[in-house]
Amino acid sequence: MPEITFRQAIHDALVEEMRRDSSVFLIGEDIGTYGGAFGVTAGILDEFGRDRVWETPISEETIVGSAVGAAIVGMKPIAEIMFMDFLTLVLDPLANQAAKVRYMFGGKATVPMVVRMPSGSGTGAAAHHSQSLETILMHIPGLKVVAPSTPYDAKGLLLSAIRDPNPVCFVEHKLLYKTKGEVPNGEYTIPLGVADIKREGTDLTIVTSEIMVHKSLSAAEDVSKEGISVEILDPRTLLPLDVDTITNSVMKTGRLLVVHEAVKTAGWAGEIMASVSESPAWDYLDAPMRRLTGKDVPIPYNRFLERAAVPQEEDIVREIQAIVSNQY
Amino acid sequence: MGSNKINAAYDNEETTDARKKAAELGLTNEDLVSMYEVMVEIRHFEEMATTLYGLGKVHGTMHLSIGQEAVAAGAGFTLQDKDYLINHHRGHGHFIASGADVNKMMAEFLGKETGFCHGRGGSMHIADVTANNLGAQGIVAAQIAMAPGVGIAIKMRKTDQVALVIFGDGAANRGVFLESLNMSSIWDLPVVYLCENNHYGMSAEVGRVSGKVPFKDRAEALGIPGYFIDGNDVLAVYEFMKNAFSHARSGSGPVFVETETYRILGHSKSDRNLYRTKDEINQWKEKDPIIRFRDLLLEADIITVKQVDEIEKKMAKVIEDAVEFAENSPEPNIEDVMEWVYA
Repeated sequence: MPEITFRQAIHDALVEEMRRDSSVFLIGEDIGTYGGAFGVTAGILDEFGRDRVWETPISEETIVGSAVGAAIVGMKPIAEIMFMDFLTLVLDPLANQAAKVRYMFGGKATVPMVVRMPSGSGTGAAAHHSQSLETILMHIPGLKVVAPSTPYDAKGLLLSAIRDPNPVCFVEHKLLYKTKGEVPNGEYTIPLGVADIKREGTDLTIVTSEIMVHKSLSAAEDVSKEGISVEILDPRTLLPLDVDTITNSVMKTGRLLVVHEAVKTAGWAGEIMASVSESPAWDYLDAPMRRLTGKDVPIPYNRFLERAAVPQEEDIVREIQAIVSNQY
Repeated sequence: MGSNKINAAYDNEETTDARKKAAELGLTNEDLVSMYEVMVEIRHFEEMATTLYGLGKVHGTMHLSIGQEAVAAGAGFTLQDKDYLINHHRGHGHFIASGADVNKMMAEFLGKETGFCHGRGGSMHIADVTANNLGAQGIVAAQIAMAPGVGIAIKMRKTDQVALVIFGDGAANRGVFLESLNMSSIWDLPVVYLCENNHYGMSAEVGRVSGKVPFKDRAEALGIPGYFIDGNDVLAVYEFMKNAFSHARSGSGPVFVETETYRILGHSKSDRNLYRTKDEINQWKEKDPIIRFRDLLLEADIITVKQVDEIEKKMAKVIEDAVEFAENSPEPNIEDVMEWVYA
């Protein structure tokens, strides 16, 4: 299978679906000649023209509001919000219109739209361009939240997201754009709401997503030398959550660590742990469930401080060792 | 400081001769009578809403449009079936004027399964997407942010539809007002912006909270033709909306029409009218759009006093029947509470 970057996988999914379905269009800032802040949409304007690539003024609320309007009348808009931090500017159309019109109109409206949003820290962009705000979206019934970690998942999930009849928030960790992975030629989709085991193991389950999947995989490789067998489970879709796959894994390993970059308080690690605690997997736990998350702090600018604000591979190694040796 | 009063001349000429105006606009006498009927129907619907509330039959709140019927009728008669309506929370009148079934509206108001939204939306969220009524938003100005997207869809499909978005003076001070008008302007989108300036955003008097009124100057500043007209003159509203729709339909881009009218009742049921005087309300009652239009039709011998009485009775009956339909309708099933969260 050819190896392509995460950025290319998303680009390819957009282009292939735009070729297949003339109701799909892009809307967002600097997505034309510039190619988007992270280069994902480079070249798409050339192929499809301004009738399919609506390059907007800096008007986030109306970008997403317009996506809702277009979706209700049967189009399939894909909006790009340049940074997930700008979620605060688009929460009204997302939370109050996209997520709710189907319900409050008694099932008569359908809102098939995608909002792409680059997330996460690690680029020295400081507190306004580095956040991981997935939990805010997970708290809104009516939305779906997808957060891939590999090029393969990104492409297959994005195609499903575009074809899904519901509003889907598609979270792209910006450190993943340059990462590579195998992606088959030809069309394939990955269903939303299905988790994936990224590494099989028997001693501890790590539930994690986006860039933290890769940090956790490296950590798992490290501790394997000590004879610790770690299972890494990537939910891929945070809403709806594949709780069964998570609880099955915990029943197998008897230990759970949740790792995410988002801040700790009211982060989605709590949701995973609560789901396990109210499931039959509770009886299989050999150790307290633990979470390793971003600190409750805005993302700082200085590189050392920025690194210290979110979990690193060595933190994950330390946490795995603590849990399996009952020294937490 | 905001100016205290809307102090601008109307862009329309006052309608003084219904026959002459109708001839100019291509309206028949039957058209005029049905316009009048719709205004009376809206008034009866809104009055019945307060009655039902007083009887304790309404679970939620409501936002009524008594005094604003000319805007609804003028716009509703312009809107064609193929056009999209994107509405606000004080929207009963626009829906009735665009042909919505009052039985289903009343059922929705009472939260019944037979309502337009199966009792999930209520008074504030009546919608009928299959009939191109894209519903009413409860967040002030949310519908303004949605409008360019509907315009984009129309443009991509190359149809001759128009998106009509209706909002109040309160919404014109939200940030998305600028974003949306600007976007529609740069792309020449087929959107008609109808600002229903009823003088109050809840208790906020428009002149007190706006740097400059009327708002049409804001549209002009963004390259959109803007008009400020008498919203209690139904034929003037119809005339300007008709022209606005022709402009948008022909691919010439958006139009902004601001209609000055007045909210006779309070904002919602919690309103005790502490922020305005009885005199002010009474002055506007003198300009009642239904009485104005009735008198014009009587003067022009388009309608008789007897017909006026008959219409009154007919519409009272239509609304009473709607209440009967709604009251005899079942409540939604509790087991269905989770239905329609996702498609």
